Amino acid sequence: MALAENSGGGRRGSPFLRHWVIPAGKTAVSIAVTMLGLLFVTFVIGRVMPIDPVLSIVGESASPATVQAAREQLGLDQPLVVQFWYYLRDVLHGDFGTSLLTAHPVSEDIKRVFPATLELATLGTIIGVVVGVPLGVVAAVRQGSWIDQIARVVALVGYSMPIFWLGLMGLLIFYGILGWVGGPGRLDIFYEDIVPQRTGMILIDSAWAGDWSVFRNAFSHIILPASLLGYYSLAYISRMTRSFMLEQLSAEYITTARVKGLPERTVIWRHALGNIRVQLITVIALSYAQLLEGSVLTEIIFSWPGIGQYITNALLSADMNAVLGGTVVVGLIFILLNIFSDLLYKFFDPRAK
Amino acid sequence: MSDISTTETVGWRAWLMTDAPGSRTQARLASLYNGWLSFRSNPMAMAGLVILLGLLFTAAFAPLLAPHDPFYQTLANRLQPPLSDGHLLGTDSLGRDILSRIIYGSRITLQIVFLVAVIAPVAGLLVGTIAGYTGGWLDVILMRITDIFLAFPRLVLALAFVAALGAGIGNAILAISLTAWPPYARIARAETLTIRNSDYISAIRLQGAGPLRIITKHIWPLCISSLIVRVTLDMAGVILAAAGLGFLGLGAQPPSPEWGAMISEGRKFILDHWWVATMPGLAIFTVSLAFNLLGDGLRDVLDPKSGEGS
Repeated sequence: MALAENSGGGRRGSPFLRHWVIPAGKTAVSIAVTMLGLLFVTFVIGRVMPIDPVLSIVGESASPATVQAAREQLGLDQPLVVQFWYYLRDVLHGDFGTSLLTAHPVSEDIKRVFPATLELATLGTIIGVVVGVPLGVVAAVRQGSWIDQIARVVALVGYSMPIFWLGLMGLLIFYGILGWVGGPGRLDIFYEDIVPQRTGMILIDSAWAGDWSVFRNAFSHIILPASLLGYYSLAYISRMTRSFMLEQLSAEYITTARVKGLPERTVIWRHALGNIRVQLITVIALSYAQLLEGSVLTEIIFSWPGIGQYITNALLSADMNAVLGGTVVVGLIFILLNIFSDLLYKFFDPRAK
Repeated sequence: MSDISTTETVGWRAWLMTDAPGSRTQARLASLYNGWLSFRSNPMAMAGLVILLGLLFTAAFAPLLAPHDPFYQTLANRLQPPLSDGHLLGTDSLGRDILSRIIYGSRITLQIVFLVAVIAPVAGLLVGTIAGYTGGWLDVILMRITDIFLAFPRLVLALAFVAALGAGIGNAILAISLTAWPPYARIARAETLTIRNSDYISAIRLQGAGPLRIITKHIWPLCISSLIVRVTLDMAGVILAAAGLGFLGLGAQPPSPEWGAMISEGRKFILDHWWVATMPGLAIFTVSLAFNLLGDGLRDVLDPKSGEGS
């Protein structure tokens, strides 16, 4: 995104250069440096691990010559800088090595599991926004009222509750006792592999194929974990919406709009909310990034075959290629969403200039 | 909290409330006392403080409070429901008393919280003040490193760290600290930048104070209050992260009564024996809620300019 800005604007004179191209170039450099840092950290983590990758390949009874040959083949006889260079080169080619656990390339594994996480986190964020923004707005408009108190408690509880525990309680109550939702997993076994995989997101795939019984089943499975993730994001989004709105509501243009005789609804939902939309999108992008990460524990609880479960399973069987590959992918998405929200702020909010 | 003792007698109160403090100590105590008064008027924050004091008490007197040995297994007594004979919160799959395990588990939680609360802010304070005070290329490099760490997904990074270093409570603490220090560095740097150019720092410099003395004696004390607020608010997250690592089997190892690990154990029987996973979760929730309440209250007292959500 930043690179596109950079290449598009050099010819248009100096104010444009000053306001857009130079900041965009700086952003591009900072993205590159941050990603390099991420790769360096994962590289270091991969080096300090107590498992010797050579021994795990050749076995303990191998002759010194075999060990040496394997070491050279893996490039481990090179200086660390060169090894880091090799690592960078591989990662830039999308090569994270082969997973010990699945015997597939890690990149293929991640491509397979990622849609499940994406589907969960996206639905979670939608729930968080649909509930969180109105809650925050109403809490700000009726500051100190009972609804403001409820919003406060909801957020406070959300900040304090261990997500995996809440997931277990949800499963116990809504699945075990009430039987309202589907249990762990993405589908009941009966419905598996009916609809063709297009996006890997079952809700979309089944709607695309027009198979509504699969859609209903998938929905009954996703709604509980997505609501839990949504709860966490709404705790954050509603607090931020409230404080942004309070800032706007005390501004003079709001008084002007009211004096002008505009209906209160227009003043609040169009004028005030309209003015915080950039800040809100920033917050939503951040909470989306957080959900992608926060889904690690949720996926474990709900046996959700996403990237969080993939990393955790790899971790428990010391499959470092898969752990580091997963960490890099989650890290990159996290960084990109962070930067995206920064850029939005810089480019669309005139006050940030 | 050093200010609790100052509320004991009325004579002290007059001395503390005076408009013209006679000494530096008196002025300092008076401002602490005023902070305490405004803190005390916030019932939510007081509730948080009381819960945390209760946690300290529980951890300190765990052997006296626990009705049973937290490690003692009686298979004949396994999975007893709450309120059953002699087991207020029931027993787990090995017949161990859940209440006793939660009481002993408070020690582990406190240990994690205490160590992270020492390591992360101190590391952040060092990085932030050095970067802010020296400026130049050192500032650029240090803050770039901070930004890189800040941009990482914390839990996933902590997972990778623990995976590389090996599971265990020490490594869990290290991993959480490694992912927790960057915000402190940011705060400390921002404070340092505002302090650095003030007149009194110039005056001290003219008196011949070196950078080390200026940073340690004149900049650090002024960074403390905003760091304390941030630490208290962060502790809830630290508890949740530690419990998450424990839940995944990467934190404290069995048979240690760590709360997250206890939930993980109870997960297997969640539908038939709900209490095994529920009780330790309530403990985690209570403590992290207490830290959030206390942090909110402290922010209002120590750092009133930063409103909520910042």
